[in-house]
Amino acid sequence: MYADKVRDILTQHGRLSSPVDQLQDTSDLYNAGLTSLATVGLMLALEEQFNIEFPDNMLSRKTFASIEFIVDAVQKLVDK
Amino acid sequence: MQPSRQQSVATEDFSRLLDRVHEIGRGVVLASARDVDRDARFPSEGIGALKGLKLLSAYVPAELGGMGLDVIQIAKICEVLGQYDGSVAMIYAMHQIQVACMVHHGLGSSYFRSYLQELILQQRLIASATTEVGTGGDLRSSVCAIEIREGRFQLVKKAPVISYGAYADDIMATCRRSAGAPASDQVMVLARKDSYTLEPISGWDTLGFRGTCSSGFVLTASGSAEQVLPIPFAEILSQTMHPYSHIVWGSLWLGIATDAVNHARGFVREEARRNPSIPPTSSLRLAEVSSVLQGMRNNIAVAVTDYRRMLADGQQDMFSSFGFAIRTNNLKLASSTLIVDIVSRALLICGISGYRNDSKFSLCRHLRDAYGAALMVNNDRIMNHNATMLLTQREG
Repeated sequence: MYADKVRDILTQHGRLSSPVDQLQDTSDLYNAGLTSLATVGLMLALEEQFNIEFPDNMLSRKTFASIEFIVDAVQKLVDK
Repeated sequence: MQPSRQQSVATEDFSRLLDRVHEIGRGVVLASARDVDRDARFPSEGIGALKGLKLLSAYVPAELGGMGLDVIQIAKICEVLGQYDGSVAMIYAMHQIQVACMVHHGLGSSYFRSYLQELILQQRLIASATTEVGTGGDLRSSVCAIEIREGRFQLVKKAPVISYGAYADDIMATCRRSAGAPASDQVMVLARKDSYTLEPISGWDTLGFRGTCSSGFVLTASGSAEQVLPIPFAEILSQTMHPYSHIVWGSLWLGIATDAVNHARGFVREEARRNPSIPPTSSLRLAEVSSVLQGMRNNIAVAVTDYRRMLADGQQDMFSSFGFAIRTNNLKLASSTLIVDIVSRALLICGISGYRNDSKFSLCRHLRDAYGAALMVNNDRIMNHNATMLLTQREG
């Protein structure tokens, strides 16, 4: 249910080299051009959109590695 | 002074203990901080919680039944407390300085050994009467003199400041060795609550550190001659009180500065969330202050690690060297200046939200506390001492 919103945010803030709608949920976002600096903007936008806060232990490269992983993380934090 | 035989508590145990200190900090300490500050009242809840964790005797060696924390660990606790309430942290730090004087210089005395065991059981809060009316803030001279007759002492000291004096269980006081001794020939005596009286001479309505309740009193004490620490105060000062004070004070100031930067970080993050694509201007200021904070932290870490090593080595002449005194003074000068710098930078970042008393980003108390750091043992006095001592230094 969060995947569409995550895709919107990724489009706006991910600064990817390939269009988001051409990516699978499991595609590697770093291969698609996601930089570690861009993940900061992505994280902030996700926090704002879903009213969540990423704890330090979730701020790893892996959390933002694919749309699927991001959706999982958001789900986990929303349920908290 | 004996070489330190203390074993530091295992890292894992200590990190669990620190978690508890954070819990207390987030809980009772933070909950009462505003009230304590507004009313300039003693933070009994916070100090009570620290007693509950037996933290008042944390520096007492394990061989006497204490926790046996080392100075690095005590400094860390002061830093953590500073993140929640400067006054609670300052009271804890000042108490630890008195405990350290006894642990470093009293273990050869059966009286002080048994007092330290009493401290473990009863978690007694120890205050200090070092400054005196008529000495102009110079710790190394006393007007009052202890009188010892037939194994009993009597002392009357007019102290312009005894932090938390009215709430302490016991008070360590400096005085001349005898009525005929010069002003600088001093000893340190532990006055016990059941045999002293305090007559108030001034209150404590100040800009910051309001909860320390550092009013002035005339202390009138008597007791057994064994309550006098068995070595001259000059040595206690150079080996313990001087370095230990500036380390624990610097650490709690670091805690205040850290919390101010945390406020700033939270503020910038909220701003950034509103427009994630463009970092807010304030994030640049955050980057700046983060580097200043790290410098302050590193400076204190080096000083406390050096001091711990010196304690372990037990080389007395190192403590009385000008080089060590200069470095200790420089630590104080730097950390008391940096705390104001860092909190001011954080205030600029948080803007009006930091300036408000009623906002979650309020930095008012931090800033008011910060300005006290340069004044408690005035930086100009310290700088004058360094200016003189530096003339003897050829390098370093």
